[in-house]
Amino acid sequence: MSDRLPGFSTLAVHAGAQPDPTTGARATPIYQTTSFVFNDADHAASLFGLQAFGNIYTRIGNPTNAVLEERVAALEGGTAALAVASGHAAQVVVLQQLMQPGDEFIAARKLYGGSINQFAHAFKSFGWNVVWADPDDVTSFERAVTPRTKAIFIESIANPAGSITDIEAISTVARKAGVPLIVDNTLASPYLIRPIDHGADIVVHSLTKFLGGHGNSLGGIIVDAGTFDWSTGGKYPMLSEPRPEYHGIRLQETFGNFAFAIACRVLGLRDLGPALSPFNAFMILTGIETLPLRMQKHCDNAKAVAEFLVGHPAVSAVNYAGLASDKYNQLARKYAPKGAGAVFTFSLKGGYDAGVNLVSKLQLFSHLANVGDTRSLVIHPASTTHSQLDDAAKIKSGAGPDVVRLSVGIEDKEDLIADLEQALAA
Amino acid sequence: MNHDAYPDNYIRSILNSVKSIAMVGASPVNVRPSYFAFKYLAQRGYDMIPVNPGHVGKELLGKPFVASLRDIGRPVDMIDIFRNSSHIMHVVDEALTLDPLPKVIWMQLGARDDAAAEKAEAAGIKVVMNRCPKIEYGRLSSEISWMGVNSRTLSSKRPPAPTQGMRLSLNRMSVGGGETAASDRAAKNKTEQS
Repeated sequence: MSDRLPGFSTLAVHAGAQPDPTTGARATPIYQTTSFVFNDADHAASLFGLQAFGNIYTRIGNPTNAVLEERVAALEGGTAALAVASGHAAQVVVLQQLMQPGDEFIAARKLYGGSINQFAHAFKSFGWNVVWADPDDVTSFERAVTPRTKAIFIESIANPAGSITDIEAISTVARKAGVPLIVDNTLASPYLIRPIDHGADIVVHSLTKFLGGHGNSLGGIIVDAGTFDWSTGGKYPMLSEPRPEYHGIRLQETFGNFAFAIACRVLGLRDLGPALSPFNAFMILTGIETLPLRMQKHCDNAKAVAEFLVGHPAVSAVNYAGLASDKYNQLARKYAPKGAGAVFTFSLKGGYDAGVNLVSKLQLFSHLANVGDTRSLVIHPASTTHSQLDDAAKIKSGAGPDVVRLSVGIEDKEDLIADLEQALAA
Repeated sequence: MNHDAYPDNYIRSILNSVKSIAMVGASPVNVRPSYFAFKYLAQRGYDMIPVNPGHVGKELLGKPFVASLRDIGRPVDMIDIFRNSSHIMHVVDEALTLDPLPKVIWMQLGARDDAAAEKAEAAGIKVVMNRCPKIEYGRLSSEISWMGVNSRTLSSKRPPAPTQGMRLSLNRMSVGGGETAASDRAAKNKTEQS
């Protein structure tokens, strides 16, 4: 038993999984069951009191989901994880552990549009107040800190244009403010960026995207870095105070450096209910086994496509951090040296009509609202996801009438370029 | 020993070798962490001795409480201290009067006293601080994986179907010794600041 660190690809295949003790099954079985039989009354009481390791009910935990959780925790370098039904569910569950009505959290202005909606509207109705800051200006985070600030939320590679966030600089602000830094690592995946290595305290993912990777299953996950001290000043009572739900247990005292993941499970998932189907967990686990292979191909293809677009006469601008000329290239070299991801935007000289035309002419790229599929995807935000905004608002959110967003898949790059070439010429 | 990050083999060798464990500060209250760590370790086959002067005359899961380490009246392999850091030195001083000496002194999650550790190590005793033996046993056996905890171990072996009271194998491949783990770095920074 040597204490050596296996590589990322080994962890992607093995972490969390072992042969099934009962049958010897080598692939992780799908434990498609709602509930688990107790040995006796004492065992049941121990499980309900969080005193023993074991399964109770799939809304609290499931053996297939547990393999997924340990695997992502291992890939991210965290102490524990909790899988939930979607990336959105992960965000609700995380913030429920941190926020009381009237509290604030600071979020980067450049985020997935769904997150912007969730933070600005749904969370507002809970009394959780988002304060926006500019991820390109660290001082805007410093200025946003107040005594009611409970967390800072950023994306590692940010929507929609694939810009790279200076995680270390923002983690310094979080540490000084005494609040955890939450990083949505969906667009990078831990293969490209491990935010915990750069100061993140909590990592969240939409597993639906590159981790699952095949566009077939929704899922979300929360990874606890085990780095934040929840006991200070009663600021985080879900973690530091005796919990009436569990006969007065204090989660930080009992579970140490994975107390946050436990809080998300036994106070968040248990009571809010967004459990992940074990079948989806199985599909996502299977996807993760090839994450290193896929992610490298996604990045290599994206770079080739971006370089092609830069040289095309119909294209006015390409925003891809992997290009040497890009504004975010320095940050990409530091945080994502293996590749700058596969989601980026470009602008067409022909404006709105050219965008609509391009999307309708493409034969391989699918026109849909998702990213991180094996298949290449395209969307024209101005005529779809952002169509309700006026032109000024579209431009401000990076979705001007001339902007097209790609999620580059793992097909042969020559075919992707040929498809874009014919659609741009038409 | 570097007490900021223990190699898995250090923890593994302790949990594989000790048989008797005296738990100082064991509580009969069934929502206290000491109660369920005691219960778990007893179920995994350790010979557990509850030490708590406030409960002498009572039993914890069938084991009679003793008032102090000296009252145990037989050799113990490990002393597990479920007291906060300010009480550690007193317990270690008492442990050092035992004959034979214990092989291991273990301080629970949140408990750390570097001076006491140094004293015990000078007497040839292995020391673990700020860890829970239940969590470490669960981690190295991967039993803890049910709740999404990163066991930091791998195995391609088919484990036996678990039954009640079974001792579990801790001999899985370790994923690093923890010295690079962000959580260990954070704990070290906290110790340095205090």
